[in-house]
Amino acid sequence: MPLPRTTADGHPIMFVQGNEACVQGAIAAGCRFFAGYPITPSSEIAEGMSRELPKIGGTFIQMEDEIASIAAIIGGSAAGAKSMTATSGPGFSLMQENIGYAYIVEIPIVIINVQRGGPSTGLPTKLSQSDTMQARWGTHGDYTAIAIAPSSIQEVYDMTIDAFNLAEKYSTPVILLMDELIGHMREKLILKHDCELELRERCLPEVPTEWYVPYKSQTNLVSHPAPFGMGYRYSVTGLIHDTTGFPTQISAEIKSNLESIRNKIITHRQDIWKWQEYYTEDMKYLIIAYGSAARAARDAIETMRAKRIKVGLIELKTIWPFPDNPIKKLAYHTKAVFVAENNMGQLIHPVREVLPERIDIIGVQRYDGRPLEPMEIIRAVKEEIYA
Amino acid sequence: MHKLPEVYDYLRWRKRFPTVWCSGCGIGSITGAIIRVVRSLGFDKDNVTLISGIGCSSRIPIYVDFNTLHTTHGRALPFATGVKLVNPEMNVIVVSGDGDALAIGGNHFIHAARRNIGVTLILVNNSIYGMTGGQVAPTTPIDAIAHTAPYGNIDPPFDAVQLALSSGATFVARSTVYHIIQTENYLKKAFQHKGFALVEIISQCPVLFGRLNKMPDPVDMIMSQKENAVNLVKAKKMTEEELKGKIITGIFREDNSKVEYTESYAHLIQRVQNQNEF
Ligand code: SF4
Repeated sequence: MPLPRTTADGHPIMFVQGNEACVQGAIAAGCRFFAGYPITPSSEIAEGMSRELPKIGGTFIQMEDEIASIAAIIGGSAAGAKSMTATSGPGFSLMQENIGYAYIVEIPIVIINVQRGGPSTGLPTKLSQSDTMQARWGTHGDYTAIAIAPSSIQEVYDMTIDAFNLAEKYSTPVILLMDELIGHMREKLILKHDCELELRERCLPEVPTEWYVPYKSQTNLVSHPAPFGMGYRYSVTGLIHDTTGFPTQISAEIKSNLESIRNKIITHRQDIWKWQEYYTEDMKYLIIAYGSAARAARDAIETMRAKRIKVGLIELKTIWPFPDNPIKKLAYHTKAVFVAENNMGQLIHPVREVLPERIDIIGVQRYDGRPLEPMEIIRAVKEEIYA
Repeated sequence: MHKLPEVYDYLRWRKRFPTVWCSGCGIGSITGAIIRVVRSLGFDKDNVTLISGIGCSSRIPIYVDFNTLHTTHGRALPFATGVKLVNPEMNVIVVSGDGDALAIGGNHFIHAARRNIGVTLILVNNSIYGMTGGQVAPTTPIDAIAHTAPYGNIDPPFDAVQLALSSGATFVARSTVYHIIQTENYLKKAFQHKGFALVEIISQCPVLFGRLNKMPDPVDMIMSQKENAVNLVKAKKMTEEELKGKIITGIFREDNSKVEYTESYAHLIQRVQNQNEF
């Protein structure tokens, strides 16, 4: 029987791919400018945006490459539109320099990375989570990144909206880390009504133009440089700058510029962090995973719980800034922690950094382009128990 | 009290002066020209966005009182594309050096021209990489000396005008710093042009290109612009041999028949929305 088109309370229901859910989320979040370049497995997002944006008066452009795409959306956001691009590994690499530009000029943008296997051209049509670290350290210099990761189609929609809200709230680039499985898999999606969406809009200055200082934090340590054309003319530069936006070489100003782009995120990390716990109350063993790996982990813990193995799961929604304290607290009484991921071991590094030495930290890693299977996780846990 | 000249209204002079530029450099004259033209056209400063990449000429936005975006090396045009698409009413001007626009940003140059997006690109061509200390550029003449061409340059230079023409730019002109009045006239037309406009301005870098090529005096360099400039009309009658080392100036194309990109997109939106109504 085909699904009804709406829920009992009138919410539209769709049966769609993750990439299509991302388009729905972006439109709902108020994205009105998209610039991108085709790349597998993210192309359906560009296709969807090219179809949807003109209907609502928004603008889509296919640029000449990924470097131009990210530059265009930073320009679009500087002109006041919520802006987004979507890509995968090789394109994400090409974007890195300008992502750094967005960090330092504090212009909000959303970057969707539907991860595939790498390095280089790698595995275009297969899944991977091997950009976990690139999302944190991809561009040169010191900065603090926000990266979030969905594990279901509904979450792709919800978290694309979250990504725009975080970008506007902290005036910074936000990376949505999907992977090929999440991008191409189909599941049920329930759309929200407009009135249910809690959207964050650009924080606009209220001072007279002659008093305006673009990089003086307006609220909560965050500065929100005004969109062009409003009468607040100021300097935007990728050079380290003072609060007025002008390049500086003065030691105190350099430090304060770098610290401000870190502190605005680190200070609010409690507000940013999201994760979901399964069976953590009495667990002796803890699995940490995100995205498609977390789906396998969910299945694995159900099987193990049925056999009375006291295993729990933390499914990370926020990857960066890394939820260090929550993990430290939850893992405190465990004997071993398993980090399940589709790569050769990336998320395992911050976990190691956080946990005391007495806890065994074991990687469950798959990097042949196939999704992790619950059995692989179960096997790893059993090996540890019976070792 | 002494009244300041009007140009000061357009400069961030309280905060940013003196500039980073060497004395005798052509970039100052070009900055003055941009300001005079914007002023004479009566553009509201809030409605002008000046965008640049990296290099000596790309520092112009720091000093002028418009909306300014000093971006990454070579990428000014895609940033400008984003600004223009979101705010088609904005007067978007890009300043870019020859390295910025023709080497690292070459791909963006041809695609911005192809789309005919309503942005003016002011290409400040000084035949060398100034900011990084005098390395060879994609516009350095054959046999000229640069710090990465110590035995003379063997790479044939780009002709930005020809590149723009063949890529579909709808306004293309070239002038020099010496011919500053002519430069201003071209800029005036370019800023009013609907579609992608290139104004290449041959400039002098006495400190690096001049010093390395036996012309360290800025006056000599400016005079050589005067001597070598040949107007397009006259150039047509000259042989290739006679044109060697000459700078062909003039308006190479002014085509108002092509639709500007943001206008095309506005039409597309209309078309899509009309279809959806039925
Ligand atoms: S290095 Fe050359 S181009 Fe740069 S400011 Fe000095 S003279 Fe001008």
